[in-house]
Amino acid sequence: MTVLAERIATAEEHPEHHEGPTGILKWLTSTDHKVIGMNYMVTSLVMFFLAGLMALVIRTQLTTPGGSAVSPQQFNELFTMHGSLMMYLFAGPFAFGGLANYIVPLQVGAPDMAFPRLNAFSYWLYLGGSITMLLGFVVAGGAAAFGWVAYAPLSQATFSPGSGPDLWILSLGLTGFSAIFTGVNLVTTIFYLRAPGMTMFRMPIFTWNMLVTAVLILIAFPVLTAAVVLLFCDRHFGTHIYTVQGGGVPVLYQNLFWFFGHPEVYILALPYFGMVTEIIPVFSRKPLFGYKGMAFATMAIAALSTGVWAHHMFTTGTVLLPFFSLLSLLIAVPTGIKFFNWIGTMWRGSLVFNTPMLFSLGFLLAFLMGGLTGVMLASPPIDFVTHDTYFVVAHFHQVLFGSAVFAGFAGFYFWYPKMFGRMYDETLGKIHFWVLFIGFWVTFMPQYQLGLEGMPRRVASYPAGLGWQTLNDVSTVGAYMIGLSFVFFLINLWVSWRKPVPAGDNPFDAHALEWFASSPPVHHNFTKLPPIRSERPVWDFHHPDARTIRHGGNGHGELAGATPAPAPSAGQD
Amino acid sequence: MRVEALFLIGVAVFFGITGVGYWFWGYEQSGTAMLAGTTLLGLLPGSYYYWWSRRMRPRPEDRTDASIEDGAGVIGSFPDSSVWPFVLGMGLFLVVLAVVFGLWLLFPGFALVISAAVGVTVESRRGGTV
Repeated sequence: MTVLAERIATAEEHPEHHEGPTGILKWLTSTDHKVIGMNYMVTSLVMFFLAGLMALVIRTQLTTPGGSAVSPQQFNELFTMHGSLMMYLFAGPFAFGGLANYIVPLQVGAPDMAFPRLNAFSYWLYLGGSITMLLGFVVAGGAAAFGWVAYAPLSQATFSPGSGPDLWILSLGLTGFSAIFTGVNLVTTIFYLRAPGMTMFRMPIFTWNMLVTAVLILIAFPVLTAAVVLLFCDRHFGTHIYTVQGGGVPVLYQNLFWFFGHPEVYILALPYFGMVTEIIPVFSRKPLFGYKGMAFATMAIAALSTGVWAHHMFTTGTVLLPFFSLLSLLIAVPTGIKFFNWIGTMWRGSLVFNTPMLFSLGFLLAFLMGGLTGVMLASPPIDFVTHDTYFVVAHFHQVLFGSAVFAGFAGFYFWYPKMFGRMYDETLGKIHFWVLFIGFWVTFMPQYQLGLEGMPRRVASYPAGLGWQTLNDVSTVGAYMIGLSFVFFLINLWVSWRKPVPAGDNPFDAHALEWFASSPPVHHNFTKLPPIRSERPVWDFHHPDARTIRHGGNGHGELAGATPAPAPSAGQD
Repeated sequence: MRVEALFLIGVAVFFGITGVGYWFWGYEQSGTAMLAGTTLLGLLPGSYYYWWSRRMRPRPEDRTDASIEDGAGVIGSFPDSSVWPFVLGMGLFLVVLAVVFGLWLLFPGFALVISAAVGVTVESRRGGTV
């Protein structure tokens, strides 16, 4: 069916009526970025819950020194799949496949992603890859058990026989291509489908961060795909790329993997930085403080993050310690700029502590703690002591849980009214936050101490006489609190599904272009667009009398409006 | 287009400098190769965009003073609902599973991939514009 519609500037028109398949066929055949984004979000949340349940089993095993919940082999499979599912199948796809897919075309004023069928194809590759990875649990020999990093030589056929590891490798092939296609799609959409007047330096920071993330995906994922394909050749075709016996270099795998793996951490973090940057100004009732600083800090973080891959390999003794230590420490500078700007945005604002704002503040605290311990770990002397201990586990969980879960659910609650046209329940959302927040700190703070006392990571049991049990028990209680908090999340979804409260197009009096579309947006998104004169066109449109400082113009602030009127109260029009 | 071009050239400049520094400091091949590849990733599209940005008039989305009407008209071609991405994805899924569960899966896998390749090509001749 041919769809012909023109972007209508001013006239109030009925939404373009779109005849398309419904039900299961819509889900299978849609090329609409909103449907695909929703598919991505649902799938990645299923992966998140599966991986979360695995984490609970892991924590249960560690409540007693000689835990007997699962066998050591099952324990290895569980932490491998927990990490793999969270990293490859939840945190990344939820951000760049789910929320970004849904929100970025809306934020730049585009009718769809640049390549709609490629977008759908990415999703099906991702789903196929997810199923491939989970199939590891049903084949003989069990799932992959070599950690989410699959270091050679442990991942070689001698030490990891069976088809579970093969399925793991093939799954990364499929999801890797899926991510690359999504990255191409995002870059093209942002470069070519912006609305008139939406210059690069008027794009919302979430879109900026997604552009940078997409370039990082294009840098990092091909290296991962190549690395695991070579690993597959080593396992089955008799090559010796990573085996010493045949003249190969095992540490080459680590170099290749971490050249992907460290940008991957920022592929997981930058979209969530972007979500928080969208949320904090809205609930502070202020424009973003330091817009260009935010954009350039994002670029600096991304650039530096690609030059620090070997800080995961300090203890191999084969890497250039000062180079990687220096670049790792430097990342703290642009991240600090971001924190400064977030606090500057809240400074003297009229803060509204809605659920998305609470989750954003939870992100700030969690990421601050994770980031500070990251600065510590960037120093080789500290890393030598704490490498492969629970200190590192606590560090990266605070970073990744802080971004993917706190900021991710902040974004989910924030855009929930836009995606479904109905409000979530504020009370249940706040309960979700507080139980999660307390559970989070109770889980991970003891792990820092455990790491400093020397408890290694990836162990199914530990000696009884070292006094580690109490801290482990506290951590397990926290993990169950985290699990409990998501019950409130599911109840919230159920309540808003059974008793919908209409949200309206712009319930939070927000800034960016997606809030000008209807909730949920119609097929091809916009029937009309507001004039774009700053980085928050929708707010300008709803508050024509307000004093605003324009960005992306002639470089210096200019006041809009003929007469400087006092700022109106920040409520909805 | 100019900002987009400079953004990509910036990627090339940063990784070019880092790569040179890394080579003369560490003499490590794999990292240098990857940094060189990343430099090209920014340089090739970036210089192409820059070449064009000097030869074209700014698009409405490059101008701070553009009104929505300046972008009126056809934006681009957006294919409607299509089953072929699903067929192609599932075909590749089967091809991958064939490696583990038996090479016979290659037959249905490649059948789906080829039918999707044909289907998507034929379909694109009647694509829609927005």
